[in-house]
Amino acid sequence: MPLHQRLVPAVYILFLMLPIYWLLSMSFKTTNEILGGFSLFPQDFTLENYIEIFTDPTWYRGYLNSITYVVINTVISVTVALPAAYAFSRYRFLGDKHLFFWLLTNRMAPPAVFALPFFQLYAAIDLYDTHIAVALAHCLFNIPLAVWILEGFMSGVPKQLDEMAYVDGYSFPRFFVRIFMPAIASGIGVAAFFCFMYSWVEMLLSKTLTSVAAKSIAATMTRTASTAGYELGLLAAAGALTIIPGAIVIYFVRNYIAKGFSLGRV
Amino acid sequence: MFAASATRFPALSVELKNVTRVVDGMTHIHPTNLSLQDREFNVLLGATLSGKTTFLRLMAGLERPSSGEVWFSGQNVTSVSVQKRNIAMVYQDFINYPNFSVFENIASPLKVAGKKPDQINQEVGKMAELLKLSEFLDRDVASLSGGQQQRIALARALVKKASLVLLDEPLANLDYKLREQLREELPRLFAASGSTVVYATSEPEEALMLGGHTAMLYEGKVMQYGKTTDIYRHPGNLESARIFSHPPINVTTVVKSSDMMAIPGIANWQCPESFSSRPNGEYLLGVRPHHLSLANLEGSDNHIPVSGTVQLAEISGSTSLIHMRINDSDWISESGGIHAYSIGESINVYMHLDGCLYFNRDGSAIH
Repeated sequence: MPLHQRLVPAVYILFLMLPIYWLLSMSFKTTNEILGGFSLFPQDFTLENYIEIFTDPTWYRGYLNSITYVVINTVISVTVALPAAYAFSRYRFLGDKHLFFWLLTNRMAPPAVFALPFFQLYAAIDLYDTHIAVALAHCLFNIPLAVWILEGFMSGVPKQLDEMAYVDGYSFPRFFVRIFMPAIASGIGVAAFFCFMYSWVEMLLSKTLTSVAAKSIAATMTRTASTAGYELGLLAAAGALTIIPGAIVIYFVRNYIAKGFSLGRV
Repeated sequence: MFAASATRFPALSVELKNVTRVVDGMTHIHPTNLSLQDREFNVLLGATLSGKTTFLRLMAGLERPSSGEVWFSGQNVTSVSVQKRNIAMVYQDFINYPNFSVFENIASPLKVAGKKPDQINQEVGKMAELLKLSEFLDRDVASLSGGQQQRIALARALVKKASLVLLDEPLANLDYKLREQLREELPRLFAASGSTVVYATSEPEEALMLGGHTAMLYEGKVMQYGKTTDIYRHPGNLESARIFSHPPINVTTVVKSSDMMAIPGIANWQCPESFSSRPNGEYLLGVRPHHLSLANLEGSDNHIPVSGTVQLAEISGSTSLIHMRINDSDWISESGGIHAYSIGESINVYMHLDGCLYFNRDGSAIH
C-alpha cells in the first residue's frame, strides 16, 4: 500500500487514541504533577490513584452501584422488548406503525425532560435512591431501542419458520425459547450491548435519582471537589476504569454489530 | 422398508366443505367442495396465485376458512390448532431450524412428541439413510447445499409419520438434475409411508410424473378433480386444458357443417362420431403442440396436413418447438428430435385428429 494511503488511517487512529492516552497517562500521575506542567509521560509514576479507588468504599461502591442498575436495566429491557418486537415483526394490528414510531420518539427526547417527573414520582412511591429506580428510568429509552433492534433481526427470520415449528407440534412458548431466540441470538446480543452502553454512560437521570445508597459512578466522579481541591489524578483513574466494562461487553458482540449495521438497525 | 409401518396409523381423508377464504375484501378461495383421496398422491395443479398455497394452509390450519369447514376422516377440524392436526409440511424455500444440527432438525417432531432417545436415534438414522443424509447428521444446516437442505425438510416430514403431508412446490427451487431425481423418488417415499399427500405444483409435467389424483386450480376455484391421467386426456374445460399443457395448447375456432369439421381456410376433416348429433355452428378446438407433428404421416386417416410459415424454431431438450403462423393465427408445434428451420420458411405439419379436444364456445368440454 502506498505511503499516503497508510498515513490517513494512521493519523485518524492517532487522534482517536490521543484523549484516551492522555487520560491513562494522567491516571498514573500525582495531582501535583498534572497541575505543575506539561509532560507526555508520567515523570513520577504512581499507582496511588488506583489503590485509592479500590480501597475507598465511596469510590468502588459507585462502580458496583452502576453495574447493578445497568445489569438490571439490560435484563428488563431485553426481556420486555423480545415479545414486543415479536408482535411488531409478525402481526399487523390497528396503529402498529404509529405505535412503533411513537416508541422511537421516546429516544428522541433528552433525558433531562424526564428527570423532574421521575424524581417526583420515585420520591412519592419510596423508590428514590434505589438501583431499581435508575434501572426503570433507563427503560424509557432502552426498551424502544431494544424493540427497534430486535424487530430488525426478527423480521430477517422467515415467518415460515414459526409455522413449521407449529406444524411439528411446538407450542408457542416452547418455539419462542427453543427455536426463535437462538435464531436471533446475535440480535439479542447487540440489543443487550446497546442497552448496557446507554445505561452505563447516562449520567443525568442516575445522578438525579440517587443520593447515597445507589450513588452511581458518574455521580461520584462529578462530586470530587474535596477540601484538598480537585483530585485530578484520582478522577483520571476513575475515568480510565469506566472504559473497561464497555470494552469487555463490546468484545463479545463485535462480530454481530456489523450485522446490526447492515440491517440498518444500529 | 415402510410397508409394515403403513398400517400404523389410520388412513386420513381430507374434505373441504364449502370452504371460502377472503382476505381484506379479496377472494382468495371461492366456495369449494373437495374430497381428496386418502393414502394417495393428490396434486394441486395451477398457476401462481391460483390458490395452491392457500389451500395447503387451510388444510394445515395455518389459516382459517372465512366460511365452510375442513374435515379430516369424518371429523370437523376447522377449529383444531395446527399442533393437534398431526400433519407435516414442506415449503418451497428450504425452511429448517437454523440453530439445530441436521440430526436435531430431523429429530425435532419426534422430540416434541416425547419419543425415547433410542427410538429417535433409530428412526432418524433410518430416514437419513433413505434420503442420503447419513454423513451430514452432525453438520450445521447452513453449511449444506439447497438440495441437501430440502432433503432435510423432507426427512423431517417423513419421519413424523403424519397422516397428512403437505408439500408446497418442494422442488421448485432445486436445480434441474436434483428435481428430476427427487420427482422420481417422492411418490415412492410417500407411498411407502402410507400418508395422504397433497402436492402443490405449477408444472403440468410434474403432475403427470407424480401420478395419483390431480385438482386443477384456477383463480381460487377447483375446476376439476380426478385421476391425473384422466384429467390430462379429458380436461373438463378449456382453462383446465390450458393449465395442463406445456408448451401452451393451440386454440382456434372450428366450424361444423353437416358431417364436416373445418378450420376455415386451413383444414377440413370428417366430423368425429361423438360430434355428429350436435348442431352446426362454431366450436373451439384445442390441439396440444405434440399433436402437431413434423413427421410426415400423410395418407394415414387420422392425420391431416396443415401448412404455415415458421416464425421461430427453438430446441428444448430433445424436442423442437416450431412457432408458426397459419393464415392469421399463431400455432406451436412440438416434435421429437432436433430440427432446424429458418424464419419465414414454409412448412407442413400434421395434425393428429385423435388428440383434438373440442369445446363449446363457453369453454366447457365436449367428450
